[in-house]
Amino acid sequence: MEDRTRVKQAGWRAATYAGIGLFTLFSAMPFYVMLITAFKRESDLYDPQNNPFWFTEPPTMANLDLLFGNTKFLTWLFNSFLIGALVVVITLVLVIPAAYSLARLAGRWGETLGIGIFLTYLVPPTLLFLPFAKVMAALGLQNSVWALIVAYPTFTVPFCTWLMLGFFKAIPRDIEEQAMIDGYGRLGAFIHAVLPLAIPGILTVIVFAFTLSTSEFIYALAFVQNSVEKTVSIGVPTELVRGDVFRWGSLLAGALLASIPVSILYTLFIDQFVAGLTALAK
Amino acid sequence: MATLETRDLHTHFGSVRAVDGVDLDVKNGEFIVLLGASGSGKTTLMRTIAGLEKPTSGEVYIGGRLANRLPPKTRNIAMVFQSYALYPHKTAYKNIAFPLQALRMPADKIRSRVTWAASLLSITHLLDRKPRALSGGERQRVALARALVREPAIFLMDEPLSNLDAKLRHSARRELKRLHRETGVTTIYVTHDQVEAMGLGERVAVMNAGRIEQIGAPLDIYRNPVNTFVAQFMGSPPMNLVLRSGTLIGFHAEDFFPRGRGPDYGDMEQLTFRVVQVEELGSEVLVYGYVAEDEREPPREVLATLPTALVSGYIAEGAEYPFEVPRHAIRRFDPATGLGKD
Repeated sequence: MEDRTRVKQAGWRAATYAGIGLFTLFSAMPFYVMLITAFKRESDLYDPQNNPFWFTEPPTMANLDLLFGNTKFLTWLFNSFLIGALVVVITLVLVIPAAYSLARLAGRWGETLGIGIFLTYLVPPTLLFLPFAKVMAALGLQNSVWALIVAYPTFTVPFCTWLMLGFFKAIPRDIEEQAMIDGYGRLGAFIHAVLPLAIPGILTVIVFAFTLSTSEFIYALAFVQNSVEKTVSIGVPTELVRGDVFRWGSLLAGALLASIPVSILYTLFIDQFVAGLTALAK
Repeated sequence: MATLETRDLHTHFGSVRAVDGVDLDVKNGEFIVLLGASGSGKTTLMRTIAGLEKPTSGEVYIGGRLANRLPPKTRNIAMVFQSYALYPHKTAYKNIAFPLQALRMPADKIRSRVTWAASLLSITHLLDRKPRALSGGERQRVALARALVREPAIFLMDEPLSNLDAKLRHSARRELKRLHRETGVTTIYVTHDQVEAMGLGERVAVMNAGRIEQIGAPLDIYRNPVNTFVAQFMGSPPMNLVLRSGTLIGFHAEDFFPRGRGPDYGDMEQLTFRVVQVEELGSEVLVYGYVAEDEREPPREVLATLPTALVSGYIAEGAEYPFEVPRHAIRRFDPATGLGKD
């Protein structure tokens, strides 16, 4: 009897690890391909007889030389992070008070309004970039990172407001009123009792706003032509693809370098994030 | 410690008159219970006193001072919510210290106050835990400690025992009484449980539809309800009501005896009791049935609770027996208005 349960447990464990293994392989594969291609010679890459997952010809640094020597890659990287960080700040400043008021003060209207705000997120950038181009020109921001810093909150704010609305709604009103009785005004109660409980939501907003703005393509393509003002997501494909010539090695080296910090950021956040969510659920 | 008064207090939500003209006088150090069914306005009244709801009209005086315009934080009140509303991200210690930090009290003073409150509620060993690692009873104690720690003028409690199981509720009730004796803080306690109201309150205010129907010592209300609503609400089981010669007569189940078997008070009202069901509970017997003289159609059920020794083997289901009630234990009500006649 005991043996059978032990076998069963071992079977379950093996199945679990097999599942995790497959999933890890699935997630790591793109990184591996990017990494190996970044160091491959073009002749190695284009020969269909060669093993695509390993080097047939000796590795080369030429792709990285091209990326760092002949393009403004570091500037693009800096631009992407600057835009991402500023958009996160703008989004948080607008979203936290908006979502809190919708969740608490507007009664039943709050939720309807929240959904209404979310709907504006569904209007695609492919439709909006034309009128926006006019707005940017009127503001004198064409061909500048500032055009993107102004444009990106138009999609991060609606989505994140709706997201935070849910988080604020999940925080019991009692806790806030308790803080008001315990000696704080509404603002103090918000800062001391509500905000610490909303941290999982705030982290989610940071991750979403950052990812959405660093990976955005259409606005960046439409509003920025000057090489030094470009982001990674637009610089790499526009400057490493010339006509029908794809600089795959440099292209994937750029993609890899841009995605490493983002994956580290996600990995750091995910623990806090899950811990916060489960704490809130209890 | 402080007195509390409300003068013609109204709190309306749109067309709903949650509190509809309440005059309440609470003496310094008194323990008063607001008793009512859900929707009777007792919680709204308490929230209006706390400043969490704005009164539509009328006044609230705390310690003789008009408090209508004061925000909750300056009223020097403490409140225990039904949910306890502990801050889930803070340890028990930090939860209890929170109101003192809001007052910007120095850290060593905070420590001594928290230690004092924790030892009063015997939770010193739990101070490092977060609320999710505490049981229901322990959470309730932390909430009480947090309420006590700043020595409030008035202590408000909104059904603090309703999330506890029956056994814990009993000991918590005794504990609340002890705490009140030791601290002497004016306390307003909201509940729908008459047993809590009877056991805890120095005075009880029975609320219905936003108004106070009757206020007084618990036993006084139990014995002399001013109307049929209070008669039916107060006491477990509630008062029996029988329509006889055009008057509703009310009497408690423990005053209803088989003729000649109960205490002899001389002046007795005679009734014929048609027994429907008998429950033997050990120390007492519950006898359900109808009074033949009840003129209502259909007659309402009447209950007698009798000591087992008194009726053992005497009462059978389906039979009729002569019963009697001492006249001094009978209350009379007008059947049209429900108001007491004497």
